[in-house]
Amino acid sequence: MSAPLEAKSVTMRFGGLKALSEFSLVMEPGELVGLIGPNGAGKTTAFNAITGVYTPSEGEVRVSGELVNAQRPHEICGKGVARTFQNIRLYKQLTALDNVRVACHARATSGFFDALFLTARHRTEESRILSRAEEYLKVMGLSHRRDEISRNLPYGEQRRLEIARALATGPKVLCLDEPAAGMNAAEKVELMQLIRNIRDRFGISILVIEHDMRLVMGVSERLLVLDHGVTIAQGKPEAIRKNPKVIEAYLGDAYLEEKHIAITPEGAR
Amino acid sequence: MARAKAVFRSILPFLLGLPVLFAIQSVTPPDYALILVSVGVNVVLAVSLNVVNGFTGQFSLGHAGFMAVGAYTAAKITTGLVGVDLPFVPQAFSDQAIFALALSAGMATAALAGFLVGMPSLRLRGDYLAIVTLGFGEIIRSVIENMKTLGQATGLSGLPPRTNLVWVGVSAIATVVMARRLAVSTQGRALFAIREDEVAAEAMGVDTTGYKVRAFVISAAYAGLAGALISHAILLATPRMFTFVRSIEVVVMVVLGGLGSITGSIVAACTLTIALELLREFQAYRMVVYAILLIALMLLRPQGIFGTREIWDLAIVRRLFRTRQLAATGPAGASPTEVRDDSTKGVV
Repeated sequence: MSAPLEAKSVTMRFGGLKALSEFSLVMEPGELVGLIGPNGAGKTTAFNAITGVYTPSEGEVRVSGELVNAQRPHEICGKGVARTFQNIRLYKQLTALDNVRVACHARATSGFFDALFLTARHRTEESRILSRAEEYLKVMGLSHRRDEISRNLPYGEQRRLEIARALATGPKVLCLDEPAAGMNAAEKVELMQLIRNIRDRFGISILVIEHDMRLVMGVSERLLVLDHGVTIAQGKPEAIRKNPKVIEAYLGDAYLEEKHIAITPEGAR
Repeated sequence: MARAKAVFRSILPFLLGLPVLFAIQSVTPPDYALILVSVGVNVVLAVSLNVVNGFTGQFSLGHAGFMAVGAYTAAKITTGLVGVDLPFVPQAFSDQAIFALALSAGMATAALAGFLVGMPSLRLRGDYLAIVTLGFGEIIRSVIENMKTLGQATGLSGLPPRTNLVWVGVSAIATVVMARRLAVSTQGRALFAIREDEVAAEAMGVDTTGYKVRAFVISAAYAGLAGALISHAILLATPRMFTFVRSIEVVVMVVLGGLGSITGSIVAACTLTIALELLREFQAYRMVVYAILLIALMLLRPQGIFGTREIWDLAIVRRLFRTRQLAATGPAGASPTEVRDDSTKGVV
């Protein structure tokens, strides 16, 4: 049995810039992996390379053993890799329910013909999609927002709706791009708990990008640290915390910067 | 049994519509028939263009080109088969059957044209797509203008008068039913998703290129139907009927009614067509008044008369049907937003 998601020395080049070099990752079933690194480290680039937004310049991306390098995002999604976006990309004018229902479409078997002639297949499909979508809304605690236009939801709920939508595509691997961005501390803790619950409930692998070190260390079993596109460390959270390279690239910088700002309150560098 | 029920549901709008159409047909004086025909044809055009421009959010300006394809195909068939009768049936029936064949052929060739135009051009977005579709529309027209078999610039004349209000009405119902069923189906929601955010739609498993092409093909097929109908009403098919101005007229209807709103397209198509007829008395000022009307509407309601909503989404209509719907949805405390348009889903 091959891993649900595997990246083998994936390199992304944009002109002369190497945004990601030799990125390798094997996701085991049911694993929760954190992907961390300072701004511009190549985390989102790695996501885009995995989910087909970019075609890797070098290397291989495999979903359940199948090579998906040249495939388009919707094909990769159909194979079982779903994602959320760093800057929320909901269908703003559609209701929460419809946002999730669109994602259920990834597993639909009826076509335009069925829809136009109201075939039996179309109707069973529609009712199946409806009940599935409602279930995902419930899991994410959004049932009360079912018919609200998604643009009008509070920020935290928009984030959760995006996760519900990604889940509705029926993935084996869920990639969350900074799901906690813009949330307060309490909301973040709650969200991480929720991510754990999703993993346990659906038995899927989750790859999560997160800035907040403490948070991501608490929730993931394994961490991968990127800096300037290079994987500088990977392993268990405890090991990462002590790794000098990581402290220098990530924690050290942040720590120093914090200290620096504390010394000169007017913000002069 | 279940199958019979499904078929019944599928054709119910036509069963309800046909007697009404025959009634309208029998009471309408011939002077007004042509106006009603052009109202119906414009409904077909506006609603079908709405599937591309409103539902899918792809700005197409080539609708008249597909009309032309449908019109010429149908005209070639009806003029070619004039005097040919099917055996064992009355002549009137035979004529109608041939016309039905011509309409279907018009739809099919227009759909094919839509596919050929859509495949390369739907990779583009926004302004670029608008320009390319405009270009293709004009290409179709100038190809026709230069083909001897299609009568070049003078076009085809002497078409048999086959279009009547029943044909137009059935076509309009078919278009509205198509759009409505699409809007409440998972395929339609995929189109909405493309309109809202193409990147996210693609990431959530929607084959964006494939769906755009499909929407384009369906839309083109109905444009072809409209072209076939109008040419058999005025008994003429000339390239000048299908210029870029005609495409713009349809786009105006769709935008005015509200991009994405089926009822909006219907209302705008009806009012604009009738308004132009009423303004005919003021010959000189006709286009001026028309333009002022459009400018005023766009200033007062830039999102169109209905926005993206349908007539049954409006508060006043909802209140009318509210008691019935509450009873239907069951649990107490259902908020107004929860009793959306479920009542209409069963019918259309």
